[in-house]
Amino acid sequence: MNILNIIDEIEKVDGEVYERLNPRRKALKSFSSFGSKVALASVPLALGSMFKKAYGAAVSTEVTDVLQFALTLEYLEYEFYLMACDKGASLVPTAPGRAAINTIKKHEKAHVDFLKETLTSLGVTPVAKPTFDFSAGNGSGEGPFKEVFNDYDLFLAVAQTFEDTGVRAYKGQAGNLISQGDILEAALRIHSVEARHASHIRSMRMARGAAVKPWITGKESGIGPAVQASYDGEEITNQATIEIVNINGFSISAAAASEAFDEPLTKAQILAIVDGFIV
Amino acid sequence: MSNITTDETRLQKDESSLYSAKFQRRSFLQFAGAGAAGVALLMAGCEKDNGQASLLADDDAVDLGSGDVGILNYAYALEQLEAAFYLQVAATPYSGISDLEKSLLADIRDHEVAHREFFKTALGAAAIPGLEVDFSTIDFSSRESVLGTAKAFEDLGVSAYNGAGKLIDSADYLLLAGKIVSVEARHAALIRDLIMNGSFADSSVIDMKGLDVSRMPLEVLGIAKTYVKTKINASNLPTS
Repeated sequence: MNILNIIDEIEKVDGEVYERLNPRRKALKSFSSFGSKVALASVPLALGSMFKKAYGAAVSTEVTDVLQFALTLEYLEYEFYLMACDKGASLVPTAPGRAAINTIKKHEKAHVDFLKETLTSLGVTPVAKPTFDFSAGNGSGEGPFKEVFNDYDLFLAVAQTFEDTGVRAYKGQAGNLISQGDILEAALRIHSVEARHASHIRSMRMARGAAVKPWITGKESGIGPAVQASYDGEEITNQATIEIVNINGFSISAAAASEAFDEPLTKAQILAIVDGFIV
Repeated sequence: MSNITTDETRLQKDESSLYSAKFQRRSFLQFAGAGAAGVALLMAGCEKDNGQASLLADDDAVDLGSGDVGILNYAYALEQLEAAFYLQVAATPYSGISDLEKSLLADIRDHEVAHREFFKTALGAAAIPGLEVDFSTIDFSSRESVLGTAKAFEDLGVSAYNGAGKLIDSADYLLLAGKIVSVEARHAALIRDLIMNGSFADSSVIDMKGLDVSRMPLEVLGIAKTYVKTKINASNLPTS
C-alpha cells in the first residue's frame, strides 16, 4: 500500500492534489490526526473516503461498477455453496467433499464482505443480493439444473461452471481497474482464489470419472451444451499474435496451448450466462 | 486526545516552515504517530526513497529492465525457472509416480514451456538471456521433495503475478498476465491436492478476507534466488 506514492502519482497529473486533500493547506495536520483516529488496519478503506472527500468522486463509476458486478457474482456463488452446505451429506456424500465445499463457501462469503466493505468505503451503496434460481429457470425453479441440490454430479458440474465463469469474469474486468493499484490488486487476489476453487472442483469431478482436468482443455466443459457459453473462446491457441502450438520448435499441442492460457469474458457475456440464475 | 490537541497547536504554529506545497515523507513519518507496525507499513509506502540493497545493480547481473518490458522479463525469468523444473521432473520421474500424476505433471510442463516461449517471443530483442538454474536442493527421485518444490513454485508464481498486476501500464499485458496467473493458480491447487487433498486454498495462502497471496518483485526474487544461479538485477523495475 503506497499511500504517499499514490498521492505523488496523482500530483503528477493534478498539482493541486495536496490542496484538494485539505483546502486549508494543513495537509500534514489533517493527515496526522486522521492517522491517529483510525486503526492502521483500516487505512486502505479510510484512504478511499479521503480521496472521495478530495475529489467528490475520486473513483470512477466505471470502477465501482466493476465492484458491483463482482459482488453480484460473489452473492451467486456464496448462496449456491451455502445451500449445498445446508444439504450436507444428503448432497455431498464424502467428508473431504463437504470440507472442500465449506472452504469454498467461506471464501465466497469473505469476498462478498470484502467487496461490500470496499464499495462502502468508496461512498457507494453495495447492490443488494438478488434472488437466485439455481435451476437456471429464471425464477420458475424448473430450469435445466432443477436437481442441482439433489444430484451430486450435477451440483459439481454447476459449481465448476460458476468457478470457471468467475475466473473469466474477473479477468475480463482487469483492464477497467488498470490505474487502481489497490483495487486491481485485490481483484487479482480474488481471481486466483476462484481459479484454485475451479481446479479443486475439477479434481473432484475427475475423481468421479468426468472427462476433465484441473485446467480447461480447448472449449470442453465435460458437462454439456447447457453451459457451453461459459467455455466458448477458451480454445484459442494464439496469444498477442504469437502462435503457441509448437512454439519455437517445442512440442506443444493445441490442447496444451489452450490450457496454458485462460480467456476472459465481457460483462455482457457473463450477464447473459448467469441470466437464468438471477430472478 | 489531549496529545492531539497539543500536536495540532504545535503544527499550526510551525505551519509556515513545515507546510510548503507538499508534505515531506520524513515529516510524515515523524508526525503520523504510528506504532512499530504502522511505521513498517508506512515505510513500504516510501519505497522510492529506499536503496534496494540486495538486488542493486551489479555488473555481472542480468538486468530485467524497466517499465512493462521489465515486468515481462520478470515473468519470463519465473517461467524459465518453472519450465526447467518440470522438464527435469518429466525427464526423471520420482519413484512411485502414478500414471495420473505423470500425465498431469507433463501437462504442467507443457504449460510452463508455453509460457516461457511466449514471453521470449513477445520480448524479442528485449528478452533477458536464458537463466542458469540451481536445483541442487531438490531430490528429483522423491515425491515429497518434487511436489513440495512444485507447490512452492506455483504459490510463488501466483503471488508474483498478483503483485505485478498493478505495476503494468499496458491493458494488453495486464490481460496476458491475467490469462497466465489463473492457470498457475490451477496448478498450485492441483499440486497442493496431490500433497494433501483439500489443501488447494488453505489458510497458508488465503487470508481472512478470502484474498490470495500477493508479493512484490524483490520479495519474489529473494525467494526464487535459491534456485537461480544467474544474478538478477531488478532495480529498474517499476515499484508502483
